[in-house]
Parts: sequence; structure tokens; C-alpha cells
Amino acid sequence: MSQLLLDVNGLTMRFGGLVAVNGVNLKVKNRQIVSVIGPNGAGKTTVFNCLSGFYIPTEGSVMLKSEQIAGLKDYQISRKGLVRTFQHVRLFQKMTVIENMLVAQHRHLNTNLFSGLLKTPNYRRLEKDAMEHAAHWLKEVGLLEYANREAGNLAYGQQRRLEIARCMVTQPELLMLDEPAAGLNPNETKELDELIIKLRDEHEISILLIEHDMSLVMGISDHIYVIAQGTPLANGTAEQIKGNPDVIKAYLGEE
Amino acid sequence: MNSSKLYNAFFAAGISLILACLMIGVKLDTDSTVLTVKGATTEQWMWILTGISVVFLSQLFSTQIDALFGAIPKPNIQKILPEERKMAALKPWLIAAVIVVMLIWPFMVSRGTVDLATLTLIYIMLGLGLNIVVGLAGLLDLGFVAFYAVGAYTYALLSQYFGMSFWACLPISAALAASFGFLLGFPVLRLRGDYLAIVTLGFGEIIRILLNNWTSLTGGPNGISGIAKPTLFGLEFNRKAKEEGASTFHEYFGMDYSSSYKVIFLYLVAVLLVICVIYLINRLMRMPIGRAWEALREDEIACRSLGLNRTIIKLSAFTIGASTAGFAGCFFAARQGFISPESFVFIESAIILAIVVLGGMGSQMGIIFAAIIMTILPELAREFSEYRMLLFGLLMVVMMRWRPQGLIPMKRPNLELKQQ
Repeated sequence: MSQLLLDVNGLTMRFGGLVAVNGVNLKVKNRQIVSVIGPNGAGKTTVFNCLSGFYIPTEGSVMLKSEQIAGLKDYQISRKGLVRTFQHVRLFQKMTVIENMLVAQHRHLNTNLFSGLLKTPNYRRLEKDAMEHAAHWLKEVGLLEYANREAGNLAYGQQRRLEIARCMVTQPELLMLDEPAAGLNPNETKELDELIIKLRDEHEISILLIEHDMSLVMGISDHIYVIAQGTPLANGTAEQIKGNPDVIKAYLGEE
Repeated sequence: MNSSKLYNAFFAAGISLILACLMIGVKLDTDSTVLTVKGATTEQWMWILTGISVVFLSQLFSTQIDALFGAIPKPNIQKILPEERKMAALKPWLIAAVIVVMLIWPFMVSRGTVDLATLTLIYIMLGLGLNIVVGLAGLLDLGFVAFYAVGAYTYALLSQYFGMSFWACLPISAALAASFGFLLGFPVLRLRGDYLAIVTLGFGEIIRILLNNWTSLTGGPNGISGIAKPTLFGLEFNRKAKEEGASTFHEYFGMDYSSSYKVIFLYLVAVLLVICVIYLINRLMRMPIGRAWEALREDEIACRSLGLNRTIIKLSAFTIGASTAGFAGCFFAARQGFISPESFVFIESAIILAIVVLGGMGSQMGIIFAAIIMTILPELAREFSEYRMLLFGLLMVVMMRWRPQGLIPMKRPNLELKQQ
């Protein structure tokens, strides 16, 4: 069960003279929740951008299921089963909730232009499957009753959940969440906590998490990586990180 | 009434005075060989002063006027129209009725009216094509007329040099316009918003200038004339058949020759083409590719993270939009019988864009209405032809002020979900 899903070695990202990420190593096993934490501006989101193909890393290797994905285009990477959310919710605001879910299944649905124009039985079947799949995930995150609402009109917490559901319909193996709890109230954070654990335990995917909410991170992470100023500072279980003097120093500053 | 109101009123009145003086107050006149400046007549000055006082007063009492207009109850469209479910049941009947009316109507009205209706249908096609690019995919294209020109010239040249028929050229025109869209789209779709608008604007001009200067092929500014009209299964609509052995429509059916048959036939062809275009685009909008266009307009980064290849999606929007314009262009050339680069100037692009914006981005019904308004209004206001652009601009300003979402805003499809 503990096969290596994602293996990142010596990931470095330079913007001109600025080294944003410097030699970061990450390992995510199957069915694991791994968190990346660090002070503001530490380069966590840059790591995410490198992994998901939004930036092409200057150096280092990113292996997904022992296949090199560094240098691939963003849409190619997401098709390989690595899908992410964003720090600021990025929904298709003017489209309905269900349409958001269908766009995410574009790749599974978009078979042939002519079969769609002529509404062939095969096309209808694919579309029906896509709708059912979307409905399944909307139910999972408790948004089924809002299916025909415009996504931009949902409450903030619901938008966050929709973004996760939208990733899940693409059937990923590794879900990367960039500060999913930002802006949520304690109740919603608790629901998110349960959702993430459910994704791992029931849907058997791995989750890579960037988060500032320490109670969330410490509660659910199987492994934690700490990054400060672009460089790896420490890694280990929640207990090990809590007691690490370097981490405390990075967060609170020197005495 | 505070002082800023008073200041505003004076300012607006002052601006109006300056503009009115420049535009109406003084006139250049040729006096045999010399140009002389003439002042306006007393009557004109009276009009100018009345106009300025209206501006002054309306600015001064703008709050009161707004309140007055607010008091007028707005008609509630929702109440007038039947319920949504009833509407859905009525829809096929309604569509059938509209088509029947469109088919019967031309036999009852004058030739000129039918001709105008045909022109409107061409603009509807163009509007629907641009709607894919601007309304759905959110790519601002200011050179759409280029594809229209490509379609028109494709048919004109093929008909002139190779004597090909309208029906054979229709798909060729669409395909060629589409490939121009593809070729232009490939390098420029990386650009966003304003930059894309400028590049497409340039492309539109390039095509026009090319047509203007490639005299050996396109005839340059003289254009191409004598383009063959569409035929009905080989039957021509001329008084005499052009080719030996071919018969004409009126001979075949043993009727007297009437030039209105041709006009009505062209109109019916246009109706057929528009129905095809509406059906195809309607399907595309509800297909994954249509949703992807809109998704890309809404959030490009999110699309990329979900595995959508933005280049292909943008290209497909650009290409399909262009092919619609090629379609319309081919028909335009056939209807006119004569085309020249004059027909494909920037203002045409602007009018098509105006149709899309006025109608409501993405909304097909809205675009059909806007196209009707935009082609019929100038005809009704023939006497004001000098002030046509002025009216045009005014309409735009008023629309954008009171109904920025367009005449009939796009409605999201309501997808039924089986409750699990």
C-alpha cells in the first residue's frame, strides 16, 4: 500500500537572480496526507506551481508514479492524475455548479465533434455518465441541491468545496490543495478536515496540502515538510515538527 | 440643489455649446473657387440654444428627472411570459410558427423589404459567428470582417475563374475562412484582451489592403462583378439561361418571368443558412467544447489545472467563428453579384461587434434581435442618413448605460439532475 506516488528531488526554481525554491525534496506515498508548511513567502505556492506545471522548474526532478513530469505542460500533468486547487478560489463564476463539474470532465466527454452535433446514442450515454458522476461528487460535498445555481453566487465555504469536487471528478490520484481552509469559519474547517480524511480513506487518493491552520495540519497530516525562504527546513510527523527548535525559530523568530 | 450640480450643469452646457458651434454653427462653403466660412442661420442658432438649455436644465435637475423616471413602473417581463415549464412545452411550436411565418411572409411584401430581410439574415449569421469568439470564448476580435471577405472572395473568384456553382463554393468558402482563422489564431492566441484586439484589427486591414492591391487576381478597388446567383437544382433565376441547354426557373415551371422570384429565392436560401447556423451553434454551445469556451473566458488558469488545452479550445472557437463568417461571405457575394474591398471595411467589424454586445454576449436570441434592429433602423432613418453614425453611437451609449448585459442576456441552461 505504501508505494511512492510522488517523488520530488532537488526542486529549484529561479526567477532571474531570485531563488524562490531551493533544493526541495518531497515524497508522497499512496493514500497519504502530506502537508507543506512554512512562513508567508516561503515558496510553498511556488512549489505547487512547479509540480502542477504552471512553472517549469529550473532544476530537479518530479516523478509521478516513477515517471518524469517536470517540464510537461500544465494540462498534460493534470491529465496524468495530479490536480490542484488554488489559494484564491478559481471557479467559472458565471457558469452553474453542474456546468463547472462538466467542464472538468471535458477530457472524458469530448470524444468527437460530429457525434455531439448529431447527438448520437454514444454521445448521449457519455453525457449521462458525466452528469451522474458530477451528481455523485456534488452529493459527496453536499452541494447537490445547488446544482443549477451560478457558482459565483455560492457562499465562500461552498465555493471552496465545489472547487475540491471539481478536481475530484477528473479522477486524480494526487490532489493538491493550496490553503483550502483560508477564510473558512471553524465549523467549515472541521467539515473540510473530515472531507480530506474521507478522500484519503474512502476514495484512496493522496493529498498534498499547503495550509496555515496548524490545528488542521497537525491533526490530519501523515507527514509534514517545513520550508522557510525556499529551502527545506525540516520534515517528519506532526509530533516531530512540533518539537523542532528550527521550525519554532522560523515561525516565531530568534529570541 | 448644491453647487457641484450647478457646476456640472454649466460644464455640460459649455461643452455642448463648443461642440454645437463647431459642428453646426460654422460652415465651409465654396464660393466659386474660394472657400468661405459661413455662420449659421438664426433658426439654427435658436435650435442650438434650445439644445444647450435642455442640457443645462437636465443636468441641473438630474436627480428629480431620475426620480420621475423611476416612478414609471417597469413592465415585468417575467409576468407577461408564461411559466417556464409551459414555455418549454410551447417552444417547438413557437419555433415551427416562426419558421412558417418566415417562409410565407416574403410573398406578401415588396421586393425591397425582402431584400432588406436578406441583408438582416446575413448580419444574423455574422453576429452568431462573432458571438462564439467574443461572447462565448471571450476573445475580442476586431477584424472579424476579414473572414467575411475571405468567404466572399472565395466564391467570387472560384465562380469567375472556374465557373463553380454557389452550392459547391459554400463549404469551400467556409473551410477557407476557417483555415484563415486557424492560421491567424495559431500565433496570436497567446495574446490576451487588448493585444489580441489590436492584432485582429491589423489582420482585418491586411486582408482588405491585400484585396485592394492584388489587382491581377481580385480586380483591386474595381472589385469583381457578375458573380453568379445561386441556382435551384441547376435552375437559374435569370430571364434567359446563361448556358446553352440550361433552363431557367420560370421556363421550367411555365410561369411568367418576374425578378421578384430571384429576391425571394435568395431570401429563402438565407433563411435556410441561418437555420443551419443557429442549429449548429446551439448544439455546440451545449456540447463539451461550448462549455470549455465559456470556462476559458471565465478562468483560464483553472482550465489549465483541469487538463484543458487552452490553445486547442481557443483555436476551435476562432476557427468555427471564422467559418460562419465565410459562410455568410459566400452568400453575400452571391446576393450582391458584385463585391469590392469597400464592403469589408473596419466599420463592418464594428457593426458586427455592436450586434453581439447589444444583443447580449453569448445570447443567440439577443443577437438575432440586435441584428434586426441594427439593419432595419438605418433603413427607417434614411432621411437622417448623415446622422446615422450619430444615432448609432447614441443607441450604444444608452444601451450600455441602462442595459449593459444586452437586450436579452444569455440564460444558463438548466440541467436536470437525477436525485440520487
